[in-house]
Amino acid sequence: MKYSALRVFREALTGHKGWTPAWRDPDPQPSYDIVVVGGGGHGLATAFYLAKEFGQARIAVLEKGWIGGGNAGRNTTIIRSNYLLDGNQPFYEFSMKLWEGLEQDLNYNAMVSQRGILNLFHTDAQRDAYTRRGNAMILHGADAELLDRSQVRKMYPFLNFDHARFPIKGGLLQRRAGTARHDAVAWGYARGADQRGVDIIQNCAVTGFRIVNGRVLGVETTRGYIGAIKVGVAVAGSSSRVMAAAGMRLPIESHVLQAFVTEGLKPVIDGVLTFGAGHFYVSQSDKGGLVFGGDIDGYNSYAQRGNMAVVEDVAEGGMALMPMIGRARLLRTWGGIMDMSMDGSPFIDRTPVQGLYFNGGWCYGGFKATPASGFCFAHLLARDEPHPTAVAYRLDRFRRGAMIDEKGQGAQPNLH
Amino acid sequence: MLILHPLLGLRDAQEFTYLGDASIIDRPDGLTEPEAFHDYLYLRDNPAGVHKELWFHEQGDRSWLVVTRNTVTHEILGAELARDYARGRGRSR
Repeated sequence: MKYSALRVFREALTGHKGWTPAWRDPDPQPSYDIVVVGGGGHGLATAFYLAKEFGQARIAVLEKGWIGGGNAGRNTTIIRSNYLLDGNQPFYEFSMKLWEGLEQDLNYNAMVSQRGILNLFHTDAQRDAYTRRGNAMILHGADAELLDRSQVRKMYPFLNFDHARFPIKGGLLQRRAGTARHDAVAWGYARGADQRGVDIIQNCAVTGFRIVNGRVLGVETTRGYIGAIKVGVAVAGSSSRVMAAAGMRLPIESHVLQAFVTEGLKPVIDGVLTFGAGHFYVSQSDKGGLVFGGDIDGYNSYAQRGNMAVVEDVAEGGMALMPMIGRARLLRTWGGIMDMSMDGSPFIDRTPVQGLYFNGGWCYGGFKATPASGFCFAHLLARDEPHPTAVAYRLDRFRRGAMIDEKGQGAQPNLH
Repeated sequence: MLILHPLLGLRDAQEFTYLGDASIIDRPDGLTEPEAFHDYLYLRDNPAGVHKELWFHEQGDRSWLVVTRNTVTHEILGAELARDYARGRGRSR
């Protein structure tokens, strides 16, 4: 069923009885050409692009829960391509371009809103660093503008410009960045993949891999054995657990990241804002809630909830940046499990097992990467060679000394 | 989270900084091949469940502890001085 304004009118006049489910709920077949493990945004996007761009058929997506129930529903919905390093920026800019055409691609309203992201700086050294970052972005074909204090004040007059320790000196603005509706992204990709014949199998957890002579033959699941010529794993958050079943240890630790939403407020923040002197970022949802977050808790966790100390730290960041946030009441908080890689950058790569491919290590940057991650993983699965924008995301980069340490923090997960 | 410090009793986990998997106590011999150091530095078991990990009591007595913690529930099951743990595994200190 194609969605259109006309369709909405017609359904409104006929009691909305004509809508059909957006995707089927098929039972698994005995075997497929390509099995994608993980029905989050990345897995669904992989299946969608495999079918649409790379002409693959007989594809299944296996999801242990339900579509949109994992990390796809536990992020802060920000999309941006303001990276510095050669290994990262072309990939995230490719993702940004895919976001810009996503709704036409999917015939689905993903509420992509290019409302701009403003990274504030508070010292002269930070201005230099952001100037460099902005120039790197422009050289890679993205957009960036360096704003001075008065330009920032025009956009957000309520910020704490004269904070004694962290006065705002300006900001780096990417106007094409913004937000997208996280659920709709997963649903849109699921619907698009389903329309192209992909079987989306929910409540089907992968419990093991059948590997003979170094080649993967299929996956063991809670709904029985499913054969496959190629298996792609895109289960960020649980990567270590799933890949351990294939005998692999990964350069990844699982950490919990918390996020917060206030009660609905009148429109006050029309873009995305980040604090440069602490870890705090905020945007306002279309329902009016301020959506914000900060650092990971910093210890290994699979708990999907964090501790009070980080709540306090995030709140302090918010108070330093925009003191009026202290009047808002928190409506909800949640935690999501991140694949924190050793250098803060992801992996899209083959594995030592023939036919088994891995996508993960997204740290807390997975949502914005969804379209390009799917596209590049599909490229790798279909053609057995990396997409030009994802060549740096190799699993062996630590062995080669080719880390992609965007923050310059060193090779330890809880520093990123 | 409260960590039962073997010398100081229950202490808030916020007094500590976290380093990660206690397996890094088992440092390979300096003469082994580089591959062993790659695995030592970068690869982790990252289990969902019981995990032995290194915490540093930075805001306290500055001792290193090996804490046994469940990564699914955040329940802390025990803690011992990293020195004792390392000696137990054959290191001199």
